[in-house]
Amino acid sequence: MSAQLEVQGLVRTFDGVRAVDEATLDVQAGSITGLIGPNGAGKSTLFNCVSGFLRPQSGRVTLDGKRIDRRAPHRIARAGLVRTFQTPRTLARMTVLENVAVAAPRPRNAEARAAKLLELVRLGEHADALAGTLSGGQRKLLDLVRALMVGPRVLLLDEPMAGVSPTLRVELLDHILAVRERDGVTLLIVEHDLDFVMRASDRVIVMNEGRVIAQGTPDQVRTDERVVDAYLGARHE
Amino acid sequence: MSLLEVEALEAGYDDALVLRGVSLCVDAHEIVAVIGPNGAGKSTMLKAVYGLVTLHGGSVRFDGENVTGMRPDRLTRRGLNFVPQTDNVFPTLTLAENLHVAALVLPKSERRAGIQRMRELFPIVAERRRQRAGTLSGGQRKLVALARAMVTRPRLLLLDEPSAGLSPQAMDLVFDKLVEINALGIGIVMVEQNARRALALAHRGYVLDTGRNAIEGSGADLLADRQVAELYLGGSATIASSSNSRSASSGMKPDTK
Repeated sequence: MSAQLEVQGLVRTFDGVRAVDEATLDVQAGSITGLIGPNGAGKSTLFNCVSGFLRPQSGRVTLDGKRIDRRAPHRIARAGLVRTFQTPRTLARMTVLENVAVAAPRPRNAEARAAKLLELVRLGEHADALAGTLSGGQRKLLDLVRALMVGPRVLLLDEPMAGVSPTLRVELLDHILAVRERDGVTLLIVEHDLDFVMRASDRVIVMNEGRVIAQGTPDQVRTDERVVDAYLGARHE
Repeated sequence: MSLLEVEALEAGYDDALVLRGVSLCVDAHEIVAVIGPNGAGKSTMLKAVYGLVTLHGGSVRFDGENVTGMRPDRLTRRGLNFVPQTDNVFPTLTLAENLHVAALVLPKSERRAGIQRMRELFPIVAERRRQRAGTLSGGQRKLVALARAMVTRPRLLLLDEPSAGLSPQAMDLVFDKLVEINALGIGIVMVEQNARRALALAHRGYVLDTGRNAIEGSGADLLADRQVAELYLGGSATIASSSNSRSASSGMKPDTK
């Protein structure tokens, strides 16, 4: 395996505050990598820089060895890297099915493929409803399906489990594992549901105050003192 | 008579009916957890009780009075308040300003003392009073949102996913604070997808499914029930062993409606 996504010395500040502060990490091709850390650690800002929604002040991001940190989001998506949002962005006045179909890079069979993906997250029966009528958790799932529809090689998921019911979480874990197995998609996932992170991830990266403070296998990270202090709290040791 | 009595509530958005007859009651001093699949109507139920969604049927009684369809600001003055999942603070205002705005429902002479009490209950409000709420981390923001609701002197709080998006440590902080608030004699109804944690904390729980009541019972009983675990908790039943769990007091009853 080689690094498919590399982030080196990434810096992004807001009003002088360093949200991402010289973050360096890499994600191996075909792996599932968990990205954890306290609220405000810079995880979502890092996602925004990698996916082109924010421009970093310094540092570089490479996808398959090519620099992408000065490209627009749609060009990064075309290069194969797609992300989801913590607060999902859906087209409220279009139907659920249309929301997914418009994400298809090629129009052929788009609706049929969209319908199939919606079944996976139990949204099939809502295909013809306006996306604006979905609940918060359902919009989250719709956002995930839209990202899958693009057919990414690298998928960044920002808190895919937040607001999703426990039952569906178990199913989503299976889907995500299948996306990696079947389609060979590389996944980088920000998530606070530790049970999910520890089960799904080959490797876990921990951020705090804009920096990477630890990385390793789930077991290594779980018992790392710095991680317990900064993130888990003694009760989750 | 319960503090809050919700009877056969029907509500929705545009032509989509989300609640198809939901009932629930909450006693003063009680923590009640509401769980269920995505799209079951949990958040809509809270919004319907708090006057944010148009009702098609059913009734809401608070403290013995009919408050069905009453405006949110009037409900707040009566002691019923709601904390949404997101957009629950003014991001461009400082923490002090956020509290001042929330305290406007109190009589003028009582505002200062009310805000002072919140500085004691939520130390972050005092420590970072000049900081804009938009620059807070997720966990801190939830605490400020709770403080904004608490300053109105509620007897009952409706909370939409208080733990969503929080790190494990921040989640502990928020749940501990809810226990502390409840110990002050304030009732809590919380919708939660971290269902096990919520049920462990709650005196009683309701499961909603497709806009209807499915199952209700004590938090401990729901946690221990195999059917609930398989259908709604994503796994096998567990015996509640959390330090926060309550002892089972009332039996569980499947709702036959």
